[in-house]
Amino acid sequence: MSDSASFADRVMRRRSFFRVAGATAVTSALVLAGCDTNTPTPVATDPVLSLGSGDTGIMNYAYLLEQLEAAFYQKIIDTPPSDLRTGELAYLIDLRDHEVIHREFFKYVLGTTDAIQTQEFDFSTLTLTTRAGVLAAAKTIEDLGVAAYNGVGKLVANTVVLTMLSKISSVEARHAALIRDLQQPGAFADTTVSPVSGDGAGLDLLLTPTQVLEAAKPFFKITYSVASLPTS
Amino acid sequence: MNIFAILSELEKTDPEVFERFDSRRRVFKHMTGFGKTLAASALPLALGSIFNKAYGQTTSAPSVNDVLNFALKLEYLESYFYDAGLGVAGSTATAAQTTFRALFSATNLSALDKIRTDEANHVKYLATALGANAIAAPARTQFDFTGGKGSGTGPFADVFLNPATFLAVAQSLEDTGVRAYKGGAPYLMSNKDVLTAALNIHSVEARHASRLRTMRRAGANNNTASAVAPAGTTEAGRNASPKSWISGKDNGGASPTQTAPIYDAGTAPSYTPTGITFPAEDNVTQGGVNLQTALSSLNFPTLAFSEAFDEPLPVPTVSAIASTFTITGSTLFS
Repeated sequence: MSDSASFADRVMRRRSFFRVAGATAVTSALVLAGCDTNTPTPVATDPVLSLGSGDTGIMNYAYLLEQLEAAFYQKIIDTPPSDLRTGELAYLIDLRDHEVIHREFFKYVLGTTDAIQTQEFDFSTLTLTTRAGVLAAAKTIEDLGVAAYNGVGKLVANTVVLTMLSKISSVEARHAALIRDLQQPGAFADTTVSPVSGDGAGLDLLLTPTQVLEAAKPFFKITYSVASLPTS
Repeated sequence: MNIFAILSELEKTDPEVFERFDSRRRVFKHMTGFGKTLAASALPLALGSIFNKAYGQTTSAPSVNDVLNFALKLEYLESYFYDAGLGVAGSTATAAQTTFRALFSATNLSALDKIRTDEANHVKYLATALGANAIAAPARTQFDFTGGKGSGTGPFADVFLNPATFLAVAQSLEDTGVRAYKGGAPYLMSNKDVLTAALNIHSVEARHASRLRTMRRAGANNNTASAVAPAGTTEAGRNASPKSWISGKDNGGASPTQTAPIYDAGTAPSYTPTGITFPAEDNVTQGGVNLQTALSSLNFPTLAFSEAFDEPLPVPTVSAIASTFTITGSTLFS
């Protein structure tokens, strides 16, 4: 797994390069336009960070999601919307604390050899300047977390790892329910997450790692690969 | 090895240790016999078997069906509880149930009806998954939700008359369920579909617990209960005004005399896999790391480190908790 860590370094280095390169893209294009050459313009391929394989990969997957959740709440705490109701900031601070603790927990158990690097996220698609926007986004992210843990449990090989993930997943479900109740009292387990009829009646949602990464894509700055995770 | 010293130590943490043996006298007669006839090296084994029997432990891990049937019992307990208090929506609620329902705001009542429906669906799911291996549905008369063992006059005597008591018992049952599913999950790993379903039920129970806790902060008639913050900043205020998640040991929960074990440590059965422990809910050591110490530079509130993780409970501990609500003579959770 040390290769994935060093790969993360390489990815970040490449990203920095693109960011710097982007700033001069216009002038470069002008220069290129003036050049009489048949050399094709190099095509930038998206860097991809593999989360690894086995239980280590699963924990890195959880670590990535906890990094996302922690960064999300930290951003809200840094600049809370002015229309939050009394007491709600305290809830959001609790949630930030829990997610940061989850994030740091995974960092510890994975260790420097196996853990992916600290990642950066892009929340520009979210409206975080209003209470409604914050709650809608938090609902999406918490429900996603619950579905991710529910979907990944069966892929875990080690009993202790499974138990660890379940210790966190029920706290995420408690978060999701509160956020939903703040948004609309009584929505804690509505039929979109716990249907009342059909095969999945009474059962929470689950998503595969591939589905979760697809759903979280708007928040990612690079591409993550779960191709090496177990699939059954 | 001094058996009397061990029993004496055990009695300090488990006052009922002697009652767990079929007969105190017979056990000691037995022990005397062992002392005379068994080699010293065999004594620990003999002791182990007596303690296993006393604590209802088996030496082998429960099967998938064992775990599912235990979950089914708990779901019957929860399902019958909501049925008994609220009646069946769209069906014939008794006069008492109709009166009781009117004590909740419409929003909160509909939340409770959703929880009741979910629990009925959990029973249905587990019974279907088990098929012919499912336990028979227990008689509703096996339960006494007042905690009175059949007298109907237990510590929660007004459970179906007073919304606050109802929500307190409901929270206790849901929090127990969350811990029980966590304890059962390791034994379901051989059947991935069943494990997945159990995890998905587990998180729905956690959503229920969160909602009930949220409701308890403001009372049954407050439509926007979520807007009411928990009282105080310490565990001390958590009995009647809990956070939506478990904070420390919640000061013993809704009614500490009965509910403290729900938030306390479990006794690990002998078959527990290596590395699985059942600490109290105020545990802050995860994966061998004391997070409170390791992350002290974050300056987070002390309780945040316990709140961030729920803990599992093993079958014997959950059984003891659940039997609070069965009648004397019931073998459902024995």
